[in-house]
Amino acid sequence: MSNILTLQATVKKTLAISKKNTKIYYMKPPVIIFGLLFPSVMFLAFAIGRGMEPTQLTPSILGVAVLFTASAVGPLISPWERMMKTYERMLTAPISLWNNIMGDIISGFLFGLLISLAPLLVGWLFLDTTFTHLLPLTIALLLSVFCFSALGSLVSALPTEMPQNVMMLANLIRFPLVFMSGVFIPMQELPNWAQVLAYFSPLTYAVDLFRWSMGGNNFINIYFSYFMLLVFIFIFIIWCKAAHQKGIKIMY
Amino acid sequence: MTVIRAQNLAKTYGSVKAVDNISFEVKGKSIFGFLGPNGAGKSTTQRILTGVIHPDAGNVEIMGHSLFEEPIKAKQEMGVVPEQANVYSELTAWDNLMFIGEIYNMKRGEAEKRAAELLKLFQLYEKRNLKTKGFSKGMKQRLLLCMALLSDPQILFLDEPTTGLDVESKQVIREIIREFHQKGKTIFLTTHDIEEANMLCHEIAIINRGKIAVIDRPANLKQSIQQLNCLEITFDHRAPEENELWGLAGVEQVKKSGDSFILYATHPGKVIPSLGKLIEERDLELISVHTQEPTLEEVFLHLINNDEVYRKGA
Repeated sequence: MSNILTLQATVKKTLAISKKNTKIYYMKPPVIIFGLLFPSVMFLAFAIGRGMEPTQLTPSILGVAVLFTASAVGPLISPWERMMKTYERMLTAPISLWNNIMGDIISGFLFGLLISLAPLLVGWLFLDTTFTHLLPLTIALLLSVFCFSALGSLVSALPTEMPQNVMMLANLIRFPLVFMSGVFIPMQELPNWAQVLAYFSPLTYAVDLFRWSMGGNNFINIYFSYFMLLVFIFIFIIWCKAAHQKGIKIMY
Repeated sequence: MTVIRAQNLAKTYGSVKAVDNISFEVKGKSIFGFLGPNGAGKSTTQRILTGVIHPDAGNVEIMGHSLFEEPIKAKQEMGVVPEQANVYSELTAWDNLMFIGEIYNMKRGEAEKRAAELLKLFQLYEKRNLKTKGFSKGMKQRLLLCMALLSDPQILFLDEPTTGLDVESKQVIREIIREFHQKGKTIFLTTHDIEEANMLCHEIAIINRGKIAVIDRPANLKQSIQQLNCLEITFDHRAPEENELWGLAGVEQVKKSGDSFILYATHPGKVIPSLGKLIEERDLELISVHTQEPTLEEVFLHLINNDEVYRKGA
């Protein structure tokens, strides 16, 4: 009974943090720029005039959207709160670092999931995309959004009070991921060294699963892709906690 | 009952010992003042006590819970207004409070009732639905206090709660501190405002260079430094020279204060006969004479300047 009450309190506190983040951070300019405008520009830049097949285009755009939207909110929260002097108040509250991290990840996850529905809708309505494996697509979408949201929270552990520094670091990570993950050039067309590199990116597995779910060919075994997304989630969350702990020690 | 127990706390930044192996206890139902000059280690100590900073060594117990082994239980017992804190400026006053209610695991109805009471008490109820970005510093500080009090904690940690506020806001906050104490709660007040500590606190600790210089009741502190006892004397327009007063029996120091003289003496009563003799010899007219205990500010400065380690009972 006591364990159930503890779990209930933990969930309540985590969701409260997530709700607070939703109210404060979804409409912040850096989130709008990197979470909405940037994926839209990427879509236009790669889609117009290239004559890509819907089986190629929609998964690619979805991959970029998932990466940028899910990791848009996380990097902003901790540095913004340190800058606004609300972070110290949180450190004195009866919440664990896990509550804080999971609250941040969930708010990034919900933002990413919501915005990622747009490219799916565009693909379905305007690009004749067919969703041949709807349930696997849903699972892949949920896992990848969670994965990149965790990546966003990991980046926010950078011990600084300047959000722009963290956003810069986030872009330094996100841009190479787009180009090393077979997003716009299918994996089978990449040179060998680039294929090896691609295995180290979670976006590779996400886009490969999207492609297969939308009637295209997968390059990697689908079960392995799901497994790798879970591995990346695990790594990002554990790393995230350690990095935030270290960040708190450095900052305070 | 001891509600805060700090044992051998130490914290070093580089080569600077911010907190140097300090131990103290705070009794329940008291207002405990924590004083010190800038850089003495008082905010570092408060940040250790409230779980912001992890010390290099030592332990903190809050209501019997170790802050480092049972942090959630220990923090649940405290309300905190950190020195460098802010409210969420993008949220309304009401939403700020509801958020605190949720992370302190309060039931929604209970949080709403308590929030309404506190907002009325702090004269913020009419502004509850406004975003706090438009609030003045005093209003934000009052809201921070509402947030700290929402969960009805047993201990309230306040770090410089009235610094930079107008007189009215200071009065409101001091009044609330007294009311909170009257309900049987404990307040740990970190401040550099000695007069505030004098007005509010039952016990005071003075920290200097990371070490506790003294812990005692304000009245005992004032009596303890006897060389700061003094006589304040005022003459009419014919006053003696300062060096004549230096020569009086028992006088250890003379200071001019406005049109009066302050004669410092361990035993002020012993100065009176020689003072009377001087008045008679010089045909002076004495307007007033008062014996004075040292102010807390004088005790504080004396202790800090002499870096004297004084402990009650030592």
